[in-house]
Amino acid sequence: MSILLDASTRVIVQGITGREGSFHAEQMQALGTQLVGGVSPGKGGTKHVGVPVFNTVADAVEATGATASGIFVPAPFAADAIMEAAAAGITLIVCITEGIPIQDMIRVKDFLRGYPAARLIGANCPGLITPGQAKIGIIPQRISSPGHVGMVSRSGTLTYEVGSALTAAGMGQSTIVGIGGDPVLGMSFSDVVELFEKDPETTHLVLIGEIGGSDEERAAELLSRGSRLKTVAFISGRTAPEGKRMGHAGAIISGNRGTAKSKEEAFRKAGVAVAETTDDIVGLLT
Amino acid sequence: MKLLEYQAKEVLASLGIPIPPGVVARTPEEASAAFETLGPVAVKAQVPVGGRGKAGGIKLARSAAEARAAAEQIIGMDIKGFRVPLVYCEALLDIKQEIYLGFTVDRDARANVLIFSAMGGMDIEQLAEESPQALARLYPNPWRGPLDFELTQLVYDTGLGEHARPLAALMKKLYRAIPEYDALTAEINPLVVTHAGEVVAGDAKLEIDDNAAWRHKDLERKYGAVIEGDPYEIEAKKRGLTYVSLDGDVGIVGNGAGLCMSTLDLVRRAGGRPANFCDIGGGAKAEVVENALAVILMNPKVKGVLINVFGGITRGDEVAKGIVTARDNLKMRLPLVVRLSGTRMEEGRAILLQNGIEPGVSAWEAAQKIVELSSPLVGRSGPQGRGGAA
Repeated sequence: MSILLDASTRVIVQGITGREGSFHAEQMQALGTQLVGGVSPGKGGTKHVGVPVFNTVADAVEATGATASGIFVPAPFAADAIMEAAAAGITLIVCITEGIPIQDMIRVKDFLRGYPAARLIGANCPGLITPGQAKIGIIPQRISSPGHVGMVSRSGTLTYEVGSALTAAGMGQSTIVGIGGDPVLGMSFSDVVELFEKDPETTHLVLIGEIGGSDEERAAELLSRGSRLKTVAFISGRTAPEGKRMGHAGAIISGNRGTAKSKEEAFRKAGVAVAETTDDIVGLLT
Repeated sequence: MKLLEYQAKEVLASLGIPIPPGVVARTPEEASAAFETLGPVAVKAQVPVGGRGKAGGIKLARSAAEARAAAEQIIGMDIKGFRVPLVYCEALLDIKQEIYLGFTVDRDARANVLIFSAMGGMDIEQLAEESPQALARLYPNPWRGPLDFELTQLVYDTGLGEHARPLAALMKKLYRAIPEYDALTAEINPLVVTHAGEVVAGDAKLEIDDNAAWRHKDLERKYGAVIEGDPYEIEAKKRGLTYVSLDGDVGIVGNGAGLCMSTLDLVRRAGGRPANFCDIGGGAKAEVVENALAVILMNPKVKGVLINVFGGITRGDEVAKGIVTARDNLKMRLPLVVRLSGTRMEEGRAILLQNGIEPGVSAWEAAQKIVELSSPLVGRSGPQGRGGAA
């Protein structure tokens, strides 16, 4: 089993005719993802990477029965694309796009309250992969293998690195979820951890956080109330200075809030092992 | 982008918020002239960081000579890494009461929050810690903004009911900075009530979302060039890099924000001090690597560079070739350690070795290696060893 996504999930790509959308749609197909269509306004009725293209998400959902969407449209249009997906009945919306204005995302979050069945992952995230079954987004298939470790992370390449290390050590993953590096996100660490708790195939959990905000602290609080998962947390940005955005729009320490120290302490207090370096994660998990 | 006080006040004024009369002065002569037109003034350093007062960046001037002397002292000062390019001379206010008013993004709530307090003039974080009960909050609907009755309630809750009308009206005007300018923070602290009963912005902070810069090119054109930031950060921005200057001597390049941050952490753990954060993004293309190295090598403090790249879709051998080319094009002689992981990393490491570049297997080993190579051979922490290379 897995969370959120498996081989039977019917997926579309919004922005499928763009360079990124095309490339990653094909990568998704290569893993076996059931890609049933794409959306590109003005190109409805054509075919791209072997699947039908629709003008709108509503058209695509009606024709294909899709329930999940990967969004690869440019930042100025991405907020609207997320809301379009929710309004069309998509229940798993994965927004890869980087650089969406924060105020756009705040309005999106408010809009999504009207669609409680819709889950948003991202934006500014690598997406998710259920190894051996399906992926939505840009996580390289090679870093993963099927297994029982759930992974949730704010970082892309750091996730790939840890995924590779787990895979090399023979520890496969149930699902890997990249929740993204923006300050205003869809699913939080806690939202994803709750799903892993309910997935009987997931026995271990790796949580990769970074400076900024307090989603890690809240996940620690959730885990402290009792968890059946053997968990290791890693936080990047211990040496980041206050007030500087470290690459991700959300990776910023404001005053004394959002420090790596506060996050690490929260996990330790919750009885969760904290890895000093990413190299230590595999060892702590076994 | 964080606007300077006078810039933020210009924006507030354009939204209809009263500001005190003020003049920008780039020279002591201009500050002296400002006194002639305004009378007693506060001469304030213009830098995009807080704590100016404590750093000696705000002085009161009761004569033209004092205004000139204050400007002489303040212009060119360094405040938390920012050189003061100019001062803002502002008429003094007849203060009866100081209020706090600010909109900011509440990340936990994924929403904008309006924070309001009758106790203004203090640092808001300090206020939140010491007297949280003195802060009132409102989460406005992001589609329609705050409603009149919500704001009126907030003002009465804070005990400022006698000024309900002007305050609620002012809050509504300040809110417009969010939809119209993509403000992440729009703060007036203190918001001054004068003895004449007027409500005036004593200070102003405005941070505009960089992700929305394309919607506000006018602001960037008008104000962007005035803020004198770090020269390496400015050069990196021109080259399209995500770069943050730090105060150490080990240059860092990584792909992906998380990977890059964790690389800084490892260098620090190994006893080194990172000179920068530089995220070259997922692809790690040769010209991007070259741009990153070029900016890092501009900094004379840098004694060695560590590159940490995970090859996902990009292959390790291609990344290695790109790094070798970049080093050769730049005629780089400083120690360079490269740690490659991911696809075709063995091939990549072989290429590095053939070209005399130290490949690290684990990120931790690579961090230790660069710290060792970029420290002087003798007396690693001693003063005599530090000198030579720089």
